[in-house]
Amino acid sequence: MSDSDLQDLATSVFAAADAEGSGFDADLWATLTETGLARLTLSEKVGGSGAGFAESAVVLAAAGAHAARVPLVETDLLAGWLLESAGIPIPDGPLTIATGDLDIARTERRAAGVLHRVPWARAAAGIVMLAGDSVLLFDPAGLQIADGTNVAEEPRDTVTVDGEITASGAGDRVGEHLRVRAAFGRAALLAGAAHGALAAAVQYAGERVQFGRPIGRFQAVQQQLALAAAEVAAAESVVAVAARTADADGFGAASTLFAVAAAKSRTSEAAGVVARIAHQVHGAIGFTREHRLRLTTTRLWAWREEDGSEAEWNDLIGGLAIEAGSSELWVLITGKP
Amino acid sequence: MSLPALVPPPTELPPRAAALRASVREFLAQELASGAWTPRADVWLSGWDERFSKELARRGWLGMTIPTEYGGHGASPLDRYVVTEELLAAGAPVAAHWVADRQIGPSLMRFGTEEQRQKFLPGIAAGEVYFGIGMSEPDSGSDLASVRSRAERVDGGWELTGTKVWTSGGHRAHAFFALVRTSPKDDANRHAGLSQLIVDLRAPGVTVRPIPLLTGAHHFNEVVFDKTFVPDGMVLGEVGNGWQQVTSELAFERSGPERFLSTYPLLAALVGELRGSTDPGTRRAVGSLVARLFALRGMSLAIAGALEHGHAPELAAAVVKDLGTRYENEVIDAARLLVATPPDPGAEGGFARLLADSVLHAPGFTLRGGTNEVLRGIVARGLGLR
Repeated sequence: MSDSDLQDLATSVFAAADAEGSGFDADLWATLTETGLARLTLSEKVGGSGAGFAESAVVLAAAGAHAARVPLVETDLLAGWLLESAGIPIPDGPLTIATGDLDIARTERRAAGVLHRVPWARAAAGIVMLAGDSVLLFDPAGLQIADGTNVAEEPRDTVTVDGEITASGAGDRVGEHLRVRAAFGRAALLAGAAHGALAAAVQYAGERVQFGRPIGRFQAVQQQLALAAAEVAAAESVVAVAARTADADGFGAASTLFAVAAAKSRTSEAAGVVARIAHQVHGAIGFTREHRLRLTTTRLWAWREEDGSEAEWNDLIGGLAIEAGSSELWVLITGKP
Repeated sequence: MSLPALVPPPTELPPRAAALRASVREFLAQELASGAWTPRADVWLSGWDERFSKELARRGWLGMTIPTEYGGHGASPLDRYVVTEELLAAGAPVAAHWVADRQIGPSLMRFGTEEQRQKFLPGIAAGEVYFGIGMSEPDSGSDLASVRSRAERVDGGWELTGTKVWTSGGHRAHAFFALVRTSPKDDANRHAGLSQLIVDLRAPGVTVRPIPLLTGAHHFNEVVFDKTFVPDGMVLGEVGNGWQQVTSELAFERSGPERFLSTYPLLAALVGELRGSTDPGTRRAVGSLVARLFALRGMSLAIAGALEHGHAPELAAAVVKDLGTRYENEVIDAARLLVATPPDPGAEGGFARLLADSVLHAPGFTLRGGTNEVLRGIVARGLGLR
């Protein structure tokens, strides 16, 4: 399937979903499962579609643009991948990933503790986490889950664990890969949400009439939308470059770490600018519950903080740059020939 | 609603680019070690060094995309991209050949006659023939279609009267492409009746006068035509097609690495000044600049790849120039705030001199090649707003 066919498929699937509902969208998930988009990058032998990260970025951008209420990054790029890496059979349904400290009794295959801000835990068929170099899988049925959300009202739940786990060893660099994968997935969603907010603002500017003409005819409004478009272009481009780098070099490579760090930093910086301009163009109506603009702008505000804000990733890049020094900075950016 | 594509897909440089890049880096390291020049900011305006241009030519790094039968190397625009970004990042003196290499060679290949190609291309590829730009006039800046320089039909050619301004390097260049009116202005079609003439800047009836920059440095010039004769053979492309030719020339020049690397030597010096710093605020400020640069380069390369495949992504090129030239200013602000060394225009080189040159040249970044406001108008048109 070509990238544009995949984009058309993803757009039609996500555009048809009910983005204004609340909580997990089971109907959308069923469609994603049928079309092979739910487990796009997992290998075919574990029921995935075996696609690359460039394809993943295309699908995630469409999910972000249409405010899909599903744990796509968590299921495919993170939890599913960890389970596949550890050779643990992957449960059907949406999965999620948790981080935190647990008391683990390995021999008895039991764990206890509290996990905070677990995405979509209430809807997940399995909760996966990495403890050292072990991959743990919990069945949510036996867990106590207290609802919480991010500023986009996406589930970020508190999970109290006290019971049986499935555990298996994974490679020793899995933890670093996991962090980079999470940032990549979030950056792709951000680029999509930014695109969605811009598209809404451009459409609104063409329809809303004030002073006898559509507000998009005023240069002051055009200049603002052009600034937003520049941010969206940069966000989409850097995510596409990061995806190509991950496809070529793998998530463990220094080149991929750098490209993904730049992608999460740049998309997070773009998020605030795009959301601000989209709201300014929409005026008061965009600030209301009844208007759909909030679906993308609240996600921009939520996701720019998740999986490392620009502060965290800029810190890493800045450290590498200062370490590289004057003469090697250019090599850091362009690569060694 | 759906938006137009804002940026083309990423470009992967061909495998041969790595060897080319390595050779350029090795050459630049030798040049720096020999003290032939000192890295400077905004070198493509101010770094005029004919010896350096000829050295590049000797290595096959000028006129790279010009076919071999005209003295060039028949290489791809992506090869030229690699060489160009390495030179700019090093702060090397590229101004002498800049305009000729970037846009005159490609324009001659697109619109030039066999005679014009034979006359100019071998010299451009040899680093011996330099060009300026003859677009703006005292009353025509962003509104280029309002140019008033006019060419009257005379026996065997055209007689040219008028004034061009902001011609960088015009006092040293051999020629430029002048955009002039060859038929009277028609208010119903302002873009009609314009033509490009190749004007010998040393010909009788051409006067070149300096327009000093605010620093007093001489890069800009005013070029006055007083009944200057231009033979028929020096009309570029078709008479009356000047507007289409010029706008295609602009699309090629808006998305190159010079639109975000003018202050790169300052960024490199800044990172050097910060050696050993462990302050998180400092690291974050530097990280943001480096992440932005990485993103800009990816976009610029994507457009270079699209151009190579015959697409002219006008919206994306305008975006790169708007973001890139604002970025060049952001580097200055970060450098000022992270290092307490004041700018020193009298220093030989290093951070203080690079900061001074960057601050003093910054107004030009967001003006040249189309002001950022005009570029955002192009983006707005691409979005369907106008």
